[in-house]
Amino acid sequence: MADPGPAADRQPLQRWTRDPLLVVEHLTMRFGGLVAVNDLSFQVGRGDITALIGPNGAGKTTVFNCVTGFYKPSQGRLALAREGRALPQDVAALTRTGRAHQRFPDGDLYLLERMRDFEITRHARVARTFQNIRLFPGMTVLENLIVAQHNALMRASGMSFLGLIGWPAYRAREKEAIDKAASWLERIGLIDRADDPAGALPYGAQRRLEIARAMCTDPVLLCLDEPAAGLNPRESAELNVLLRLIRDREGTSILLIEHDMSVVMQISDHVVVLDYGTRIADGTPEEVRNDPRVIGAYLGVEDEEELIQVEAEIAEVSS
Amino acid sequence: MGATDAAPPTASTALREATFAGLIAAGLSFPILALGTEIDFSNRLVLEQRWSWLVIAAALVFVGRLCALLLIDWRARFIAVPGTFPLVGGAALAAMTGAAGLSDGLVWMAIGAVLIVAGFALDRRLAARGAATASVPAPRATNPLFGKVLPSAGVIGLFLFPLIMLWLLGPAGSLKWINNYGIQILIFVMLGWGLNIVVGLAGLLDLGYVAFYAVGAYAYALLSTQFGLSFWLCLPLAGLFAALWGLMLGFPVLRLRGDYLAIVTLAFGEIIGAVLTNWTDLTNGKAGIMSIPRITFFGLPFTSGEGGFASTFGLEFSAIHRTIFLFYLILCLALLTNFVTIRLRRMPVGRAWEALREDEIACRSLGINTTNTKLTAFALGAMFGGFAGSFFAVRQGFVNPDSFTFLESATILAVVVLGGMGSQIGVALAAIVMVGGTEILRELAFLKSIFGNSFDPALYRMLIFGFAMVVMMIWRPRGLISGRSPSVALRSRKTVSGALVNEGHG
Repeated sequence: MADPGPAADRQPLQRWTRDPLLVVEHLTMRFGGLVAVNDLSFQVGRGDITALIGPNGAGKTTVFNCVTGFYKPSQGRLALAREGRALPQDVAALTRTGRAHQRFPDGDLYLLERMRDFEITRHARVARTFQNIRLFPGMTVLENLIVAQHNALMRASGMSFLGLIGWPAYRAREKEAIDKAASWLERIGLIDRADDPAGALPYGAQRRLEIARAMCTDPVLLCLDEPAAGLNPRESAELNVLLRLIRDREGTSILLIEHDMSVVMQISDHVVVLDYGTRIADGTPEEVRNDPRVIGAYLGVEDEEELIQVEAEIAEVSS
Repeated sequence: MGATDAAPPTASTALREATFAGLIAAGLSFPILALGTEIDFSNRLVLEQRWSWLVIAAALVFVGRLCALLLIDWRARFIAVPGTFPLVGGAALAAMTGAAGLSDGLVWMAIGAVLIVAGFALDRRLAARGAATASVPAPRATNPLFGKVLPSAGVIGLFLFPLIMLWLLGPAGSLKWINNYGIQILIFVMLGWGLNIVVGLAGLLDLGYVAFYAVGAYAYALLSTQFGLSFWLCLPLAGLFAALWGLMLGFPVLRLRGDYLAIVTLAFGEIIGAVLTNWTDLTNGKAGIMSIPRITFFGLPFTSGEGGFASTFGLEFSAIHRTIFLFYLILCLALLTNFVTIRLRRMPVGRAWEALREDEIACRSLGINTTNTKLTAFALGAMFGGFAGSFFAVRQGFVNPDSFTFLESATILAVVVLGGMGSQIGVALAAIVMVGGTEILRELAFLKSIFGNSFDPALYRMLIFGFAMVVMMIWRPRGLISGRSPSVALRSRKTVSGALVNEGHG
């Protein structure tokens, strides 16, 4: 796919309305008296890179934790169509059944708020990374990627019982898993460090490894929590290449939280802006960039002088 | 004392520091060593003063510390510091027993002196060589000694052990070595390997492991005495029962982590003990279950009469036959535990255990059902505990709740922690040190000639354990073998440094 850029996509309906992968409706998350996310609705388009931005404490990570099942939302619906599209009538039909999953002619539809965290990854195929990297530091780089293929290997090894007696089909499957891990290590440039402990890698490499590990679960939606945090400009540019590759070559949609505007503006197809747990803007990067509400609220600036300075920075980045 | 010491201290500072250490030793050992209680002939408790012991302890610490300070290289220290024991012990022997023990004392002193001198000589040699070639630490590949050579040599040695003992000491003399050392150590090796699945691999701190040992022992004791089932049928059943108890424990504690998990498992161990003591209708309480059927050689009893093991094979009857058979039985059970653990580490479930130990939240983000993963670890660890328990029952022929106290749990856990959590060979070495060390103390009867006839080295077991633990925490805080061997490698298997491996959070 020759990156058409968001402009080429400008049809009467944007992809996230035309072909939504994830439909978030009226999502509310309360912690005691604190409302972290308040009646938030947005859609994630299939094949898009969607950026979730907003000032610190806007509720971005809370939204992530709701989508990936680490929090149970206080209210709201999170419908994910693993294949096909999340049609409103299908979502409504599934909601009435009280179950979390139903197969429609188009494909499988899941209601994430009714599922537990590991089920979301296993069945709905949503993978995530963490703001503070969560690798398995004492396991090697290769082992990290093999653990990510746990469920597929578990089936192949007959819940480990057949594997215990040296079942040949399991050995073949394990070799496949190693090949898959190796191909990801090639792509993120860590093939030479495959047998080193993950905890011994430099920070930037750990970030890339965490993304590769999430990709080894074969997700349809990859949720990245600040993937560029702590990266230098070169690593940040490499990350952009990697994320585009994931979108274009693997066909995995990406939902990311990011503060680094160079990443957000260059690679996103769709930007959703949060402030105080509510959506204040939603559109293509250009639309959002020029939205004065976003500039004011997101960057937390009140006075004119700072606003001009920040606008100049954004212009510099996007030129 | 660490490797960071750039230059050795001068003789006077070393002397001052060693004196200081000796004084501290004297102060610390004063209440333990210098004063003791004795029961005299009229059955009264009298206070006994043992100032000589205090002097010996202080002298040991003084000389040992002095050697350690003056020697730079750890290998030299390793030779010289143990030399202080025969030196000081010999001096004490010579001084306290007079003419009778003088020659013995002098011999011991000479041995000690030779060791210390050898240590100093080695230190000079190494220092000279070290100055010539600036040492560059080699990159750590997997140590072949611990990877291949030691385990296979150990297994071969263990299979030959009873035969060698029999050949060297004869049936009567070898019984103690095969039974007290061989079987006793192997039981703890097996228990350590079983607990290693839960604590070392899955990172779940279990303080009540002895509960599963008890379930296995009582399962065999009750099934064989009440229903007349054979050992070979009861063995898998005992494992199954223990695994079920493991699941029963697993379900309620899954939500707990760290300290909370440890406390609940501790309570579980105590509950089992209380049930065994108080449910007298079933377990016969404190009196225990007696005359449990003994082990048979696949149906042939180890008896002297016709149809017994000895007469069938044309051997002269000896009690050692049964002991040797028990030795091979526990050896096979332990090796089975080891085999299953090693294989499972390379299975998805084993990798999930280790991933769980490293980071539970990351596990869940990868679609791993952490509940099931924890339950399998609990159940499998419990199953091996149950196997070991039924072996214990068939070996003793008698079980009662006193064999399954918290002290047993603590010893098994100490074996795992001392060995290096997750390391199979480390756990085996630790079991040898912990259990074998206890037995060795019984052998040190000659110390009576120094400390008097009332001295029983075995009573100092806990003191020595405590001391050994403190020393371990300083020198090898992650156990004897702290490195982790990866379960899969793309090119070459490299040991992962223990510093990177998480210990688990429960």
